[in-house]
Amino acid sequence: MPDYNLSYFYVFVFFAVGAFVVGALMTVSRIIAPRRPTPEKLRPYESGEEPIGQAWGRYPIHFYVFALLFVVFDVEVIFLFPWAVIFASLGWYGIVEMGVFIAILVVGLVYAWKKDALSWY
Amino acid sequence: MSPPGVLVPGPFGIDPLVWVVLRLLIAVLLVVGLIFNGALLQILMERKLQAWAQDRVGPYHVGPWGLLQTFADALKLIGKEDVRSRFTDAAFFLTAPAITFTPMVAAWVVIPFAPGVQGIDINIGLLYLSSLGAMGVLGIVIAGWASNNKYSLIGGLRSAGQLISYEVPQILSLVTVVLLAGSLQLTKIATAQPGLQLNLFILPAAFLTYFIAALAETNRTPFDLPEAESELVAGYLTEYSGMRWGTFLALTEYGNVTIVSSIMTTLWLGGWNGPLVDQAPILGVLWFTLKVYVIIVAFMWIRLTLPRFRIDQLMNFCWKVLIPLTLTNLFVTATLKVALPAPWDLIAIGILNWGLVAAFIVLIPRLQRRRLERLRERLRTERERTLAPTA
Amino acid sequence: MTEVQPYVEIQTPQGVEDELVTEELILNLGPQHPSTHGVLRLVLRLHGERIVECLPVMGYLHRGLEKIYENRTYEGGIRYADQADYVAVMLNEWAYALATEACAEIEVPRRAEFLRTIVGELSRASAHLVWLGTYLLDLGATTPILWCFRDREQILDMFEEICGSRFNHNYYRPGGLLYDFPPGLLSKLERFIDRWEKNIDEYRELIEGNEIFLERTVGIGVFDSKTAIAYGIGGPMLRATGVPHDLRVDRPYSIYPELKSMKPVTAQDGDAFSRYQVRLGEMKLVVALVRECLDKLPGGPVRARVGHVFKAKPNEVYFPIEGAKGEIGYYMISKGGPNPFRAKMRGASFCNLQLLPTLLRGRLVADAIAILGSIDIVLGEVDR
Repeated sequence: MPDYNLSYFYVFVFFAVGAFVVGALMTVSRIIAPRRPTPEKLRPYESGEEPIGQAWGRYPIHFYVFALLFVVFDVEVIFLFPWAVIFASLGWYGIVEMGVFIAILVVGLVYAWKKDALSWY
Repeated sequence: MSPPGVLVPGPFGIDPLVWVVLRLLIAVLLVVGLIFNGALLQILMERKLQAWAQDRVGPYHVGPWGLLQTFADALKLIGKEDVRSRFTDAAFFLTAPAITFTPMVAAWVVIPFAPGVQGIDINIGLLYLSSLGAMGVLGIVIAGWASNNKYSLIGGLRSAGQLISYEVPQILSLVTVVLLAGSLQLTKIATAQPGLQLNLFILPAAFLTYFIAALAETNRTPFDLPEAESELVAGYLTEYSGMRWGTFLALTEYGNVTIVSSIMTTLWLGGWNGPLVDQAPILGVLWFTLKVYVIIVAFMWIRLTLPRFRIDQLMNFCWKVLIPLTLTNLFVTATLKVALPAPWDLIAIGILNWGLVAAFIVLIPRLQRRRLERLRERLRTERERTLAPTA
Repeated sequence: MTEVQPYVEIQTPQGVEDELVTEELILNLGPQHPSTHGVLRLVLRLHGERIVECLPVMGYLHRGLEKIYENRTYEGGIRYADQADYVAVMLNEWAYALATEACAEIEVPRRAEFLRTIVGELSRASAHLVWLGTYLLDLGATTPILWCFRDREQILDMFEEICGSRFNHNYYRPGGLLYDFPPGLLSKLERFIDRWEKNIDEYRELIEGNEIFLERTVGIGVFDSKTAIAYGIGGPMLRATGVPHDLRVDRPYSIYPELKSMKPVTAQDGDAFSRYQVRLGEMKLVVALVRECLDKLPGGPVRARVGHVFKAKPNEVYFPIEGAKGEIGYYMISKGGPNPFRAKMRGASFCNLQLLPTLLRGRLVADAIAILGSIDIVLGEVDR
């Protein structure tokens, strides 16, 4: 369908424009802005003190748990989109199906909650 | 209204193929202009509003009534040295602003200002917008990581946690609207709300949850933890300076605020619908802009009233309040829609939604006070125990 | 360009290089940081975002005030006392002046005592206003600080009228005050007090009615009265734990015993919210005290007949007063010369700060700011 191709051509052009604008701003800034680096200026900022130990280390695993939970729930809501569009024609069947689907995920949420995975470290 | 995107002859008998290119050009120029002007205008507006609430004058010296203040600021930012620490991950550090900025620009393509005044009306507009919203997170997390700065790192991790968590209630609220409209196409959702039959009246609970989640997604107070100034200096922005910072903060943040406001306008406030639009379609743009700016002012109002959440409270609020609330709302709305015949389903859904909103407004503070009361009680008994031997 | 090390290396514990262990992050909060209230440096050892250990590092603002006193006359030292707690300036001067008077045995005229009480209490009010505004700013709210500074500006304006300077007033003198109040100031003060009393209720409405504020302060940074006394903490911090200890009542000086409205403000829980309640209550107390002083204000001179340079007999005194942040006092030794042989200042902020590492252990970084803000320190007083 040429229609779709045209739509996505627009989308593609907008992405390109976004990237181009950032590039253009940076270029303009690069041309007119001064550049006088000094060793102190180029050190990572840590309240004016020399950093102790580097930032790139291993952090607690808890941060990743949120990412996992997010993947689960985001995939769920992506499935909800097509369901919501045609749900009027599905009737009670659609409701029950989606109810089961969500219920399984809610059990997962409750489990994560009880396991203390939802608290921040 | 002509089906959008199809090869149609343009005005004044312009050839369809030429018109497609011309239209694209106009759209691009308009959007870039809107982003820059929007940011300039909104920053000025925010500063003036803040000044007004805080008993002071605000920007005053540059131009008449300080109108050119943000313009001068923008010029200053462009002319400012772009300091980059030598220990950053260069490739990621330099591209991170582009990674957040580009999806923001791309999102503008589907915003329906008025019938026909829209980049392109793709039939999965809402899905497209939510996926772009998820992309913006990447840039922030990458910026936090690539800066090799501990404030940035913590800011990046916070934003990862916060933004991905609030994505869920945000999208769940959108799905609730899609249930009623039966389409993901933004123009169809807007036209599905004729007259005063706005989704705001039918689905206020979804609006409320989306509004809260949108505040979080755009890093606005009270959810501005990734860039929490008093804790993390500037969070993921700490190492950024000059125009790179300007792109990140000013352009992207305000652009994103405008986009979520446009989504709210389209989905809940009837988009361009308003008095006299049938006679003069171009009025639609005016109504749309007006509604968008009402929401933006609400954002600003919240910013100058509220303090900031703590990160664990923020997470709790999302996973333990917002997600259950949106899920319930979605499920009950769906059930009612199937169970009841045509006019009654909307009325039932409306009553239920207003009930949810009232419960939210009444119960949340009450529950909180009771919880804090219990906490104080516990502290008191604990203290009595520790003080007992000497007393 | 010379080579710069990106960071100071820290030693990895032996034998864990290859294992999957969580690394602790060492984060410097300050000295150049928006919310350490000056140039305090906190070295935080973090596990994720939780604080394992906190080490306050100070001395960035050390100016050797105590040594300077030794080289100045008694009167000349007042100007340096200003710089200790630069938010509640008049109270520092008052403490210094009282210690000097006790040392040199000078009587102060009655009118001077009243005027001293008025400016001292207003100074306390301005300190609490700065605290309230910056604390809310630490918690992320931008509006209260400007409301507070709006009112503080008026206090500073009046101070400017009184002594010609907004910040380092140099107004107290051993044996009284530099000048009497200028004409018209008393009515201006009355009008301000009436207006400000309403504004205090406005702050209360804005702040206490906010769920997020309650969430951020209730049950945060809790300590009990026993700990507070053990650490030598006084003032609002101690009163927030339920102890009605106030030097204005318990070790009265100046005209406080005569003032009927002087009652210590206390709260029960010893958390950040209680400290907020105490400080807000003290603002109300300032209103009452200033009103009462204005009612009872006698006439007469404002300065005893003392020269600019005088000698004190060999003597040794410690005089504490109730500062804005706790007990501030001067320990003064004179050996008969025109300047103190030794003047030691007891700063309230310093004692308050000692408690910080204990309070921060196991909390989140965001709480570190909320707790640090709630214990109300001024680095000028910590480092001196």
